[in-house]
Amino acid sequence: MNDFSTMIATNADWFYLVGAILFVLTLRGLSSPKTAIRGNRFGMAAMAIAVVTTFFLAEGPVLWLIIGAMILGAVVGMWKAKTVAMTQMPETVALMHSFVGLAAVAIALATVLHTEQQHGAVARVELFIGCFIGAITFSASVFAFGKLAAKSWAKTLVGGWVKPVQALLFIAMIGFGGVYFVTDSLPAFYAMAVIAVIFGWMWIAPIGGGDMPVVVSLLNSFSGWAAAGIGFTLGNSMLIIAGSLVGSSGAILSYIMCKAMNRSLLNVLFGGMGTSAVAAGGDDGAPKNYKAGSAEDAGFLMSNASNVVIVPGYGMAQGRAQNAVKELYELLKEEDVNVRFAIHPVAGRMPGHMNVLLAEADVPYDDILEMDEINSDFASTDVVLVIGANDVVNPSAKDDPTSPIFGMPILEVSKAQTVMVIKRSMSTGYAGLDNSLFYMDKTMMIFGDAKKMVEEMVRSINGGGH
Amino acid sequence: MIATILAAAPAGAAMSSTPFVAIFTVFVLAIFVGYYVVWGVTPALHTPLMAVTNALSSIVIVGAMLQTVNIDGSMFTPTSVLGAFAVFLASINIFGGFAVTERMLAMFKPKVKKAPAVEASTSEKGGDA
Repeated sequence: MNDFSTMIATNADWFYLVGAILFVLTLRGLSSPKTAIRGNRFGMAAMAIAVVTTFFLAEGPVLWLIIGAMILGAVVGMWKAKTVAMTQMPETVALMHSFVGLAAVAIALATVLHTEQQHGAVARVELFIGCFIGAITFSASVFAFGKLAAKSWAKTLVGGWVKPVQALLFIAMIGFGGVYFVTDSLPAFYAMAVIAVIFGWMWIAPIGGGDMPVVVSLLNSFSGWAAAGIGFTLGNSMLIIAGSLVGSSGAILSYIMCKAMNRSLLNVLFGGMGTSAVAAGGDDGAPKNYKAGSAEDAGFLMSNASNVVIVPGYGMAQGRAQNAVKELYELLKEEDVNVRFAIHPVAGRMPGHMNVLLAEADVPYDDILEMDEINSDFASTDVVLVIGANDVVNPSAKDDPTSPIFGMPILEVSKAQTVMVIKRSMSTGYAGLDNSLFYMDKTMMIFGDAKKMVEEMVRSINGGGH
Repeated sequence: MIATILAAAPAGAAMSSTPFVAIFTVFVLAIFVGYYVVWGVTPALHTPLMAVTNALSSIVIVGAMLQTVNIDGSMFTPTSVLGAFAVFLASINIFGGFAVTERMLAMFKPKVKKAPAVEASTSEKGGDA
């Protein structure tokens, strides 16, 4: 290294420090919707500083290769960001995780193939860890994408053979990593990378769709650790800082999701709930009665109530009902009904899924409350409207110690005077459990497509009220 | 064993001579910062959080750029092509991630406060928003 490039490198570290600070402020901004956009701009600025600084470090013959790749990526990314529907956010995020994973693999491979560099012991450890985390993130995210987008190739794996195969793959992956570490052998490195890709797929494939919030959060975390791993390889603090921020963010989200399901991370990842048939607790086999009602009745009840809480679930996203729900919300507001939304942390397929859908439909965020904020209000609520949610409102989680979901925090809608549930049929929720809420005297079931039923409610309020 | 690994650290770090323990310190402290900052994120913004952290983890682009360039010589080597591919992937996430976060965040709006005098005009506004 000559004096000039040493000087640039020294300055670069200062710029990278500014970038790292701005990255922290990016996440800080998300503490409130008011400051969030500013936070996002900080993130853009940080990234611009990082990339431009690196351009200065990276004067060389293949500059145009970088610029070309960057422009191509920018076009693809911007186009996708503009066109993606909010209902497709979960799978889009999963797909983006896979890109980070694949990029990390490509960088690790590029480094290994870099014949002019000698890789010491620490570098070899960093490289193989970075590579397999990247590879697992890649294939696991591709599977999560397929699952969330309901692609036919993303089949849930079931069977006793899955776990032993997973274990063998994992051991083989670590084994080849060890061989690479000891012998510096390239074929061992490739073998490790390939096995890691297969392992990532096999690891996520047995996990059911309802556990996807945890999986997506966890892969978010992994993509961060992969970035931090590359930072170690290059000895770059900013990469390590940005990677660790993302890593802890994803880890915290996974923790929140697990807690909201009253399950441990290990249970989600290796327990395979949702694939095994769970016998409903306390079910004596006797036929139970429920009341079915019409959307008109529901509309009438709500327009005459003074407090209404709407509980959206995955069914709202699936039925693309958010705009109809917003219409209902506005209409009830006009009738001077106090309408609010209650969001369970695992409602939908990713953390915050419902909030984004409702925001897209223009529901003001002050009327959207988290579980802890609204649970004490259900007792004074006249009508609760549950739209396509099931396990998150199942009272068995509180009252029935034999229930598999006993202990899971729920939205206590059964405390309200009247509960109305829009559901497509009497089929069980993702956990395979019967829901005692549906058989209560105060509960009225409305069978049908979420969007159609809510639209009918809107019509009935419009017709009846004026 | 550990001593040999630690001794090998400066030689192994290609871009700098920072001792491993210093960079590990940064790593651990950054995790702590991340822990406290992320607990402060409001649950309503968890989806934008995931999208923006996605863009953030694409900071691997810096590594990709350094790999692509750091080959002193011919233009197309396995290293440079893989590096460029990583730059491409990371760019998708950077531009796409920040743009989609911006798009989402723009949708989060507070309640329009109804001032009694202009009640009619605010409900008009609600229509074209």
